[in-house]
Amino acid sequence: MAENRAELNRNLAQMLKGGVIMDVTTPDQARVAEDAGACAVMALERIPADIRAAGGVSRMSDPAMIRGIQEAVSIPVMAKVRIGHIAEARILQAIDIDYIDESEVLSPADDVYHIDKRQFDVPFVCGAKNLGEALRRIAEGAAMIRTKGEPGTGDVIQAVRHMRTMNKQIRELVGLRDDEVYEAAKQLAVPYDLAKYVHDNGRLPVVNFAAGGVATPADAALMMELGAEGVFVGSGIFKSGDPAKRAAAIVQATANWRDADLLARLSANLGEAMVGINEDEIQTIMAARGE
Amino acid sequence: MVVAVEYISKEESEDVEDARHGVTGILAVQGAFAEHAAMLDRLGAPWKLLRAAEDFDDSIDRVILPGGESTTQGKLLRSTGLFDPIAAHIAAGKPVFGTCAGMILLASKLDNDPNVYFGALDAVVRRNAYGRQLGSFDGTGSFGDIADFPLVFIRGPYVVSVGPDATVETTVDGHPVGLRQGNIIATAFHPELTADTRIHELFLGL
Repeated sequence: MAENRAELNRNLAQMLKGGVIMDVTTPDQARVAEDAGACAVMALERIPADIRAAGGVSRMSDPAMIRGIQEAVSIPVMAKVRIGHIAEARILQAIDIDYIDESEVLSPADDVYHIDKRQFDVPFVCGAKNLGEALRRIAEGAAMIRTKGEPGTGDVIQAVRHMRTMNKQIRELVGLRDDEVYEAAKQLAVPYDLAKYVHDNGRLPVVNFAAGGVATPADAALMMELGAEGVFVGSGIFKSGDPAKRAAAIVQATANWRDADLLARLSANLGEAMVGINEDEIQTIMAARGE
Repeated sequence: MVVAVEYISKEESEDVEDARHGVTGILAVQGAFAEHAAMLDRLGAPWKLLRAAEDFDDSIDRVILPGGESTTQGKLLRSTGLFDPIAAHIAAGKPVFGTCAGMILLASKLDNDPNVYFGALDAVVRRNAYGRQLGSFDGTGSFGDIADFPLVFIRGPYVVSVGPDATVETTVDGHPVGLRQGNIIATAFHPELTADTRIHELFLGL
């Protein structure tokens, strides 16, 4: 992949900043998301909460279903492939997807190798629960990072843990002497040049969103407070009582996360939130897929 | 290149607190507003982010409408109450600079979307005119007298037709992508994603 293409792909993530990317399963849901102010949608056949409930193998969505969503909205459309599934990624590139999520939400296709994302023209976003994972995905060509969180739970604790871990590790790396960065790169199991970039710049070289368990406007505001540059909301919207209203509220909360008066208004009378599952009640830890 | 880490939380330039005028307000409801802030810091120009209607005070002399998703920004312009003060600013003939989504917000008409936002720029603009992300591209071109300017298009629009009030400053493959009209500058591309400050300097000179 040409370097300018890699930069153009990182640039699209910059345009998504401050926004909310919503999981949708039908063209109608995609339109609800766009009308609510989503900056992009993630097209998938089943939202993570239902994947969790259904069990079995979860794969890339039907391209016809993704096309239906591409035709329904004018905002960017993303879709997920299984970790390491090169062929699914080629299919999504062939249907002109805007971003591929190489995602732990689906069943992994490869328990050792991730996709060499540099071989693709289309951009990839990948999940990470710490700095090492984030930089390894970036080394493989990811143009955007999101926390893994724990998808389909409506429990924000893991997204918080992953964002705090990543940012704490970044601050630790910044605090090192220059000659200590070599060892830090070894410990993190990442290329030296990426560790050096973080040491010098105090941030990832790509945009970093929060994902996995965000269910309320307050959850979105919390993740922005912790340093997220935007938010993915999966099951939280279309598993709730009034998706359109909740979606619009989460969009406004993400844009103005410091305004507590606004958050109080946005959080009122939203209807039922997704019931959710506590992290200690779940059997499948999706975040553990793909280190 | 992503913006420096301080711009994830920086709300205004250091010198803006006591400024009575001369401040650039950057629409900051969604998108790449921090990239414009970093550009203005490089030029030493005071700025503040516009997140809510009360942020638009008397110190604001000029406005930047950044890249991002125009549908998202359009909705948040209404819900935050920022639409009216910015519309009044533009109607008063004061300087405004729109990039990508900002050009869409300024256009008098969109040829593939029924929405009209500020409607101030005498041009018909096509959203996502180059297609999806695989159609994003870069190159170089001129903006008026500014030659060899880096052009970065991210799911960008182009101008389908230009009315008599606007002038074409940049053309790519026969389509206008940079316009001026009085104190309005509008580009389908993203100067804020490059290291070239010349169009921002032109804007600050308006």
